[in-house]
Amino acid sequence: MRNKTTAPRSKPNRNSIGLEKCRTGIPGMDDLTDGGLPRGRPTLVCGGAGCGKTLLGMEFVIHGITDFGEPGVFMSFEETEEELAQNMASLGFDLPALVRQKKLDIDYVRIERSEIEETGEYDLEGLFVRLGALIDELGAKRVVLDTIEALFAGLPNEAILRAELRRLFRWLKDRGVTTIITGERGDNTLTRYGLEEYVSDCVIVLDHRVREQIATRRLRVVKYRGSKHGTNECPVLIDEHGLCVLPISSLRLDYPVTQKRVSSGIQPLDAMLGGKGYYWGSSILVSGGAGSGKSSLATAFVDGICREGLKCVYVSFEESPDQVARNMASIGFDLNKWVKQGRLMFHSMRSTASGLEMHLANIVKMVQQFHPDGIVIDPVTNLISVGKGEEIKEMLTRVIDYLKSKSITSLFTSLTLADSPAEQSEVGISSLMDTWLLLRIIESANERNRILYVLKSRGMAHSNQMREFLLTDNGIKLCNPYLGAGAVLTGSARLVQETKDREQMLKEQQSVDHRCRELAAERLTLEAQMEALKLRRIALQEESKLAETDAQLHQEQTRQDQKQLSISRKAD
Amino acid sequence: MGNSVTGTGLAALTKARRQRDSSKYLLKLYVAGVTPHSAEAIRNVSTVCEKHLHNRYELEIIDIYQQPTLARGEQIIAAPTLIRKLPLPLRRLIGNLASENTVLVGLDLLPR
Repeated sequence: MRNKTTAPRSKPNRNSIGLEKCRTGIPGMDDLTDGGLPRGRPTLVCGGAGCGKTLLGMEFVIHGITDFGEPGVFMSFEETEEELAQNMASLGFDLPALVRQKKLDIDYVRIERSEIEETGEYDLEGLFVRLGALIDELGAKRVVLDTIEALFAGLPNEAILRAELRRLFRWLKDRGVTTIITGERGDNTLTRYGLEEYVSDCVIVLDHRVREQIATRRLRVVKYRGSKHGTNECPVLIDEHGLCVLPISSLRLDYPVTQKRVSSGIQPLDAMLGGKGYYWGSSILVSGGAGSGKSSLATAFVDGICREGLKCVYVSFEESPDQVARNMASIGFDLNKWVKQGRLMFHSMRSTASGLEMHLANIVKMVQQFHPDGIVIDPVTNLISVGKGEEIKEMLTRVIDYLKSKSITSLFTSLTLADSPAEQSEVGISSLMDTWLLLRIIESANERNRILYVLKSRGMAHSNQMREFLLTDNGIKLCNPYLGAGAVLTGSARLVQETKDREQMLKEQQSVDHRCRELAAERLTLEAQMEALKLRRIALQEESKLAETDAQLHQEQTRQDQKQLSISRKAD
Repeated sequence: MGNSVTGTGLAALTKARRQRDSSKYLLKLYVAGVTPHSAEAIRNVSTVCEKHLHNRYELEIIDIYQQPTLARGEQIIAAPTLIRKLPLPLRRLIGNLASENTVLVGLDLLPR
């Protein structure tokens, strides 16, 4: 418990000058009070009926014993030892065992107004003696007086009572015990009988409010002398393990970050996110209209995480685990397998089943028990039914900061209404998110087709492309939509257009081929002609040679003939 | 203890009253050390008892500083506290018992 509840900074302040703190051991409480209650001083815890005053006091004492080795005395003015033991047993605390170990003593102070008669001056020494004896016997360091205001109902002389209470608180301080005094809340004052007048070191107010039929307990440190403390109202939860304070102020923007990436479970989407997927420990918002595939995208993420041998929690506010598993099996995700292997934990709950704080606590509890690497909350917008926008944002801030401090990658789905702009997340949480994926439905040609794009993704060069998002039997496919002629075409229109394009290309190819063939033919013709001419030239050369030879022969003949003639004429 | 109410109505009440009037008083005075209040209370209770409960009372004076566990067992808050153990019902008279009238009313020796 010690490890779970406290950050290193909430170690008790041992500074000799500063105020020494007494850790309560109540989850969150020590963060809020910067280390615990003022040691050796009384603290007033006030609040209305049923807001957890007694429980806070009891846990303060019990944790003191079990976690810090400080015995404690619980002086009850309202409930008997047996009643307290029974009540605390339901939260897993075994009071009788602690009493047997001489670590705890519960003293029930019974004041019966009808038995009492005032007959003059008196003091409350009886109470002092009882308390003193118990403190001495156990060596108690912690004392709870619950609710000391019961004295006002039992003892009529308020003047004496007030003087004695002042003395009691002084006395407790002198004894050096850290005390919690509980008080019923008054109409306009913190306590009905003005106890805050006497206990001025630390005042904590508990509140139990019901709004829209959902009850929420809250805690606020009104004052704390000599110490810094959170001043905000913090939700308080009482679950089967007891009280738990969820301080908002203790969460700071100083969580560690890594360069590590985690797959979105869809390869093309990883490619769109700088090639590697989401950052490890970042927060992702998937928003879109009804039926746009948010849960499917979330499931892909879960599946991706589980495939890598890591663990994941799926919080569904809409569907039962079986229903999610069945529906996701239809697109090729076998979630039951991961559940069986202990890698996936489902948590299905109607958002209206409890207040926001309870949901937050449930998430925190699951994280503490299951140690997941990723978590899906589907859908976050369902929480609107249990809280106002600001509250949801506040709670989500806490969830996200908590998850980030644990380096858990979180994916939230958000339902956007059909008529609201897509870029407006319903609960105004977009600024808390590191990566925002938008799913849109485009209606055209009697079809609704899904489009996915990355609206933002901090710290990575993400794609600016719109991709068509297809849910197939074998999982999620992302394909490039038809981008051309100033229109994005999806679905059948894309297919038609693609077919058209293919035809067009085929045609173009054919015409090119045809032209090439024509040109080749022409070239062949020319070449044939050239060959013919070449032959003709050769023929002409031959002919001219022949002619020349003929001419020479003719001349020779002529000369011989003339010679013959001259011989025959017996010329000289 | 003779405080059983039998029968009904006024007769029964009267009988009970008579029984109580004659019954023995068992008183315990718890004081916290020797303080002026303690001294006054002891003196006052002794006076009242002697005067009104002569020979039919038993008074024990206990210092809760000496026996702090008794303070718890007897549900003592204020000091001094005079507890009327008998006759029933149990009564607690807190204070130094300075007002004799109130003491007598508290011990049911005077009607309210």
